[in-house]
Parts: sequence; C-alpha cells; structure tokens
Amino acid sequence: MSDAKGEGVDTRAPIDQGISIMIGGDAGQGVESSGAGFALALARAGLHVFALQDYRSQIRGGHNFYEIRIANRPLYSHREPIHVLLALTPESIARHLDVLAPGGAVIYPDKFEVDRAALESRGVRAEALPLTAIAEQHGNRLMLNTAGLGAIAALTGFPLRFMEQVIQENFGKKSATLAEENIAVAREAHAVALERFGESFPYRVAPDEHAPRRMLMHGNEALALGALAGGCRFISAYPMTPGTSVVEWLAAVPDEYAMVVKHAEDEIAAVCMAVGASFAGARAMTSTSGGGFSLMVEAMGLAGMTEVPLVIVEAQRGGPSTGLPTRTEQSDLLFAVHAAHGEFPRIITAPGTVEECFEAGWRAFNLAERYQCPVVVLTDSFLASSLRTLEMDAIDFSKVVIDRGKTLAPEESGAQAGYRRFELSGDGISPRAIPGYEGAVITTASDEHDESGHITEESENRVRMMNKRMRKMETAGAEMRLPSLYGPAGADLTIACWGSTVGPCREAVDEMLEAGASVNLLQFTDLLPMDGDAVRQTLDACHRIVAVEQNYTGQLGRLLRMTSGIAPHHTLNKFDGRPFSPHEIMAGLEGIA
Amino acid sequence: MVTRLDTKIYDAATEVTWCPGCGDFAILRALKLALADLGIAPWQALVVSGIGCGSKLPDYTSINGFMTIHGRPLPIATGARLANPDLHVIVVNGDGDSYGIGGNHFLHACRRNPDLTHIVENNQIYGLTKGQYSPTSDKGFVTTTSPDGSIEAALNPLSVAIAAGATFVARGFAGEPKHMAQLIVEGIQHRGYALIDVLQPCVTFNRVNTYDWYRSRVYKLEENYDPADRLAAWLKAQEWEERIPLGVLYRSADSPSYEDQVGALKISSPVQSALRLAREPSPGQYEPLKAEFM
Repeated sequence: MSDAKGEGVDTRAPIDQGISIMIGGDAGQGVESSGAGFALALARAGLHVFALQDYRSQIRGGHNFYEIRIANRPLYSHREPIHVLLALTPESIARHLDVLAPGGAVIYPDKFEVDRAALESRGVRAEALPLTAIAEQHGNRLMLNTAGLGAIAALTGFPLRFMEQVIQENFGKKSATLAEENIAVAREAHAVALERFGESFPYRVAPDEHAPRRMLMHGNEALALGALAGGCRFISAYPMTPGTSVVEWLAAVPDEYAMVVKHAEDEIAAVCMAVGASFAGARAMTSTSGGGFSLMVEAMGLAGMTEVPLVIVEAQRGGPSTGLPTRTEQSDLLFAVHAAHGEFPRIITAPGTVEECFEAGWRAFNLAERYQCPVVVLTDSFLASSLRTLEMDAIDFSKVVIDRGKTLAPEESGAQAGYRRFELSGDGISPRAIPGYEGAVITTASDEHDESGHITEESENRVRMMNKRMRKMETAGAEMRLPSLYGPAGADLTIACWGSTVGPCREAVDEMLEAGASVNLLQFTDLLPMDGDAVRQTLDACHRIVAVEQNYTGQLGRLLRMTSGIAPHHTLNKFDGRPFSPHEIMAGLEGIA
Repeated sequence: MVTRLDTKIYDAATEVTWCPGCGDFAILRALKLALADLGIAPWQALVVSGIGCGSKLPDYTSINGFMTIHGRPLPIATGARLANPDLHVIVVNGDGDSYGIGGNHFLHACRRNPDLTHIVENNQIYGLTKGQYSPTSDKGFVTTTSPDGSIEAALNPLSVAIAAGATFVARGFAGEPKHMAQLIVEGIQHRGYALIDVLQPCVTFNRVNTYDWYRSRVYKLEENYDPADRLAAWLKAQEWEERIPLGVLYRSADSPSYEDQVGALKISSPVQSALRLAREPSPGQYEPLKAEFM
C-alpha cells in the first residue's frame, strides 16, 4: 500500500470499530430469533447495529450463527474479531475459535465439555454458566438462548430492560406465560452472571440515551417498502431463498394498502402473472433468486418484445443450480445482462445498502414504465437479509417519485380511436394505453409486429421496430447513474464494486485511509445501460483499479470491459458463499500490491 | 338489460392465415357471437393467447389482445384479472399450449378458480410445427414424431379439470358454432374459471380426427342431464371412443372466484391504485409502516 498524498497531520479520531457479539448453535435452537431480538434491543438503546445471519438450508440441526456488530457510528458491515460468543453447542466454540478477540469471552452452558486451555491460551475467557439449569428451572430447556442473552447483558453491562421489552413483545403475542417465563430466565441468568463477572469485562455496551430513534431493517424489507411506496400493488412470486422475504413482507401489509399478493405455482407463472398485471396497467413485480430467474427469462423476453414494464427482483445466492441456497454470491450479473434469447432493451440496477434498496424499490417502477421494458434489480443474500440500523430520514417517503412516463390516463386512452400501441417515436417510446377504456383497443404480440401490434414478418418493418425498441436503451442511458466515488479523488488505488460488497469495501477504505493509504471506492449501482464513454473517462482517471466481487469470473470487470473498453487491473474474488469482511478485502489488496 | 352488439365491431382488417376449413374459423365466429350476445364491447374484453395456429386469433380481431408465449396465457391472464377485475378476460390457445407445455398452469387454474374463460382449440395435433402428436392425440396416432404410432395415453382434459377442482367444464365442437357460442356465453357468465374444450379439426395435419370423425360421434347432452353432479360429470367425461358428449358437463354455481376472495381487491384494484397514486402519491400513508422496524 502506498502512502497518503497531501500534507498536514491527520487529526481524525480513530474509527470506533465497535464490538461484535456472536450467537452460535444448531438450527432449531433459536439462534436467529434471539439474535434478531437482541439486535432490536440494541437499536432501541440508541446503538448502531449491523447484524448478519449465517445458516444452512435445513430446518433442524446443523451449525448456525448470528453476528451482531455494535458501535456509536453507522456500520456498513460485519467485522472480526468477535468479542463475545454465546455458544449454544460445543461445536460453536471449536468453529469460531480463530476469530475470537483476545480479552473477549465465550459464554456456554456449564454442562459442555470445553477445551478451556485452547481458549485461555488465546486470551479468551471461558465462562461456563448454569444456563441450562436456569432455563429449565424458570421455563424450559428451549429457553437456553434467552438465558444466554441475559448473561451477555450482564457481561457487557447492557441494561436488561431493553431485552425484556423485546421478549415481552415477541413472546407476548403467542402467550403471556411464555413471555413471563422467558423474562424470568433472562433475569436469573443476568443475576447469576452479574455476580460472577461484576464489571470485569473490558468490552462494554452502553446505551446512548441521547440518540435519535432508528429503524432496524434488511435489504428485502427496504426494497419491498420502496416498491409499495412507489405504487406497486401487485406481486406474484414463488418462494425461493433469499428472495422470499420481499413477498412475505408485502403479504403482511395491512389490507388498507390494497396490495395484491399472488403465490404462484412456479416461477414461470409468477413472472407471467406480473407481466399480465403490468400489461393491464398495474405496477407489478416478482421476486426470486437465481434459480427462479432462470425460469423467468422467456417471459422477460416477452416483456422486452411487447414493451410491457416489468420489475424483477433477483436476490442472488450461491450458484449454479441449487448451489449454496442460504449463502451469498454476485454471480448472476452477466446472466441478467444476457438473459433470454434475442435482443431487447433492459435495465439492471444493483443497490448496495439497505437505504439504496428502498430507493431501488420505487425507482425500478419508474424506469420500467418510462422505458416500457424489463428492469432487474439485483441484490444478494448478504444485502437481502443483513439487518442494519437506519436513521428515520433514510426512508423518506416524500422523496418517492411516481413517474409513469408515457402511460396514458383513462381519459387519454379513451380519446385514442385508431390507437397504435407501438407507434414510432424519436425516443423509441410509444404512448401506452391501458386496456379497459373506451376508445383505445390494444393489440400486442410476442411475434414481430407493426405499429398497430399486428403480426408481420415484413423486412422493413422488422428493422424499424428493432431500431425503435433498441433506441429506448439509448434514451434510458441518459438517466442512468455513473459510478459514485467514496473517498478522495485521484487515489493511487481504486476499488471497483457493485451491490452488497460496497459495505465491507467502504469499511476497508475507511480503515486504510486511517492507516495513511491512498485509496478510494467506485460503486456501480446502474449496470445497464451504461454510458461507455463516461465510464471510460472515469476509469481512465484511476491509477490502479481492483474489482472486488463475490464471484469467480469477475463479472463487473467483464461488463466494464464490454461497455467501456477498460478492464480493472486486478480482481479480488470470493465465491465461498460467505460475505467479504473488511479485513479480507484489506488482506486481499495487500496480496495484490 | 343487455344490448346485443353487431359482430362486425370485432372484425379486424388483418389477413386470416388459417388453412381453409380450419376449425379455428368457427371458434373465432363463436367468440364474436358470444361477446355480441353479452353486449361486451371490444375494449371491455381482453383475449390472451399463447403460441400455435389458434393462438393467432387475437390478431384477427379488434378486441384487446395479447398474443404471448407458448403455454403461458393462463398465468398472464390471471395477472391481468387480478390487476383489473373489470376486464372480461378470455384465454384462447391450443391443446399443446394448454395441456402440454402449459399443463401445470392448467391444473392450478382449475383449483384456483380465477374468473377466466378458457377456450381450448383442441385439434389433437401440433399444427403450426407441421404435425406432431399432442397431449390429446389418441394412442396409436401416427405423426412425424410418432412414426410408429403414439405409445402415450391421451390426456382427458375434461376429467382432469373436474378432478382438479374446475367449476365449469364444457366441450364444444367446431362443427356446431352456435352451440359453441352459447357455451362461451355461459363460460363468460360463470363466476370463476370456465374451461371450454373445443374439438376443432386440423384439416391439414390431422387426417384421422376429421369433421366426419367427430360428427359421427358427438352428441349434445340430454335435457335432463344435471351438470351440478360432480361424480356424474366425471363419469360423463370418460366417454370418448364411440360417443362424445357436447355441452356443459360440470358447473358449480356457488363457488366464489379467486378474485372474490382477495381482500385487497375489495378496497382497490392494482390498476386503479396505480392511477390514483400517480395523481396523489400520499406519502404520509406509509409512515405507520416504519413502526415495525423500531
């Protein structure tokens, strides 16, 4: 790494990296539920949180863990080391030994046989507590996770009342007894642990009483909320991890929003229902992952050919085929770029943060309706399911724009005698009538068609209609966003990224800048169409570019070369299904340098 | 009071490319007659088709038409109905499109009961690809992909529909366009999914199941036939070799349609919501949704 340019003394305070707490156990032990509950308690206590779940595609058994990072400043990623590990199984300790911080602690039920020497040789405290006995005495053994949370609160000095409130809300919905028992378990474990630990533990979690209220949200929730605010009132989907929680969230929206949710028989039906709904005039979407998107591509081509606005949310996971169902990857970018046979206009965006997911949710409908074409919003498992605290104004409904482009209002449709759905125009976009209003009758075919929508294979018409459709890509290109720069301009090293890797990349850049490196970050959110000339200028101005991607082949790098003629100098790839951590990125960059 | 319309208003200036004598002509005529009888204007209906000779039907009308992809008109039509329940949505596609590539959607439309009228142009052959056996081809049928005769049992679409929970199951014949038109009228009036399987000779590629072949077998259901009896309807649907019944084999009068049961549609349709929100986005309405994240 090279030295920072410029003069003067850096007077910035060291970055507050916060502390990280992990809950590890088997599927079915409530790892996720207790982790998410704890994260909410921390957020309510005025702390910034980043929470990541790591689980397998099975409902019972198999090691799971939940990682919560806590700080007094916004967080964009998980980060090692782990300061506190709550081990609900002995396996949790063995698995995470390597990432435990010296001075940290492992809390575990005293019945476990644990290699204390292995922990203590690393400077990690091995804290056996009667958690199982406490759970059984005040509730039942399933409440082991709750006992553990009580012990963590005691260890770190986090006030138990925040946890009690969340427990009351989460369990009170099911039964008052369940809530009371869980609270009793947490209190007893807290008391026992406090007697043992006092204030001896160096990593404290103190509430910030002066902090503003914040929200705790993951990417799928933000995207669904954005879609709703953008006027989407129709989603058809088939369950597929990690895309499912988009449709689940929208299905739970109160009736008054009149959200129509259709769980289809398969992904082909799901995307086709969305095409039908959008053709009829709704703002319609579908949500899936790579496997489901593979089934949707023919209908995506239909939407391209018939100029039906279509929003597809594709939350990527490890592929190919079933791949790594619960894990993250960014390997579908070039698939989305090329999905379906033939050539037709399409738009691809990739939000990188939870806030960006909210905006991507509503903006996709404007893009789809303005350019009357399919829009693919690419997220991934890491972004879709990691929770992050947001300021209240990060979700600002007053900034949401609903722009339907050349969609005609009913009264305008009604005035369209002799209406031609695919009328030629300078920008390639034709006025779009909605069926069901007197006057305009709409004929549309997946076959090549003339301006009136009737089928024809005539050569001159084919050329005209191809030109018309493809011209929309040029028209759309003008409003697509260039990569955003984070960090100082003109740095020696530029990281290029897209999607969820922006979080760990940002944290890596912050840390490298603090250490005096000359580095910045280019984040691409609008991936297609891309203004090749403008991107070339941007990339030309960079000294050395490393593309950091969660895939094997460096797909952003390839796309950049394809559109701008310039490829990154190096690529840093990861395809084990686990998200990059800032440390991995820094280590990887050092390896390249 | 329904005003009967002139069928000419559904005509288009396009050239019809079906072979002379094709059974699809009768289906096109019957559809126009049915819409005219019901007083449904071209802009009030949407005809969704798939791929195949018969799926070109919307091109030959001036009715709202969406000619889609092979096997998928049912989910596309379902989406359109859920977006705008004021539209009369009619699906027209062939036996390969409906029962072959679209077979899964067919099963789920039957049990789901969206308010669609599904007219299947069943000629027991793939015509547009020039003569391969279809899901409804009889065993032993010789085609280019079954040169020694098909060794697959034919699908019986009516008994499958009844078993899968369809609430209106009928059969028409291209040689009886007025009878067929009446079936389409009843199908459109039926609240829910209405299957009208139409025996429709392919005069070019199916030299077995000809007009004469069907004429010697078809008969209209007796006056005293009770379409409300599901078991009797299933048994009636088994008739094929010697005698083939025409008419409404099964009808459940009191089953709610899928749309009837969607709570959101009682408040506003997605199409109306989109129109309203484009005029008045009302951002304040979403603020309460933030509470669940806090």
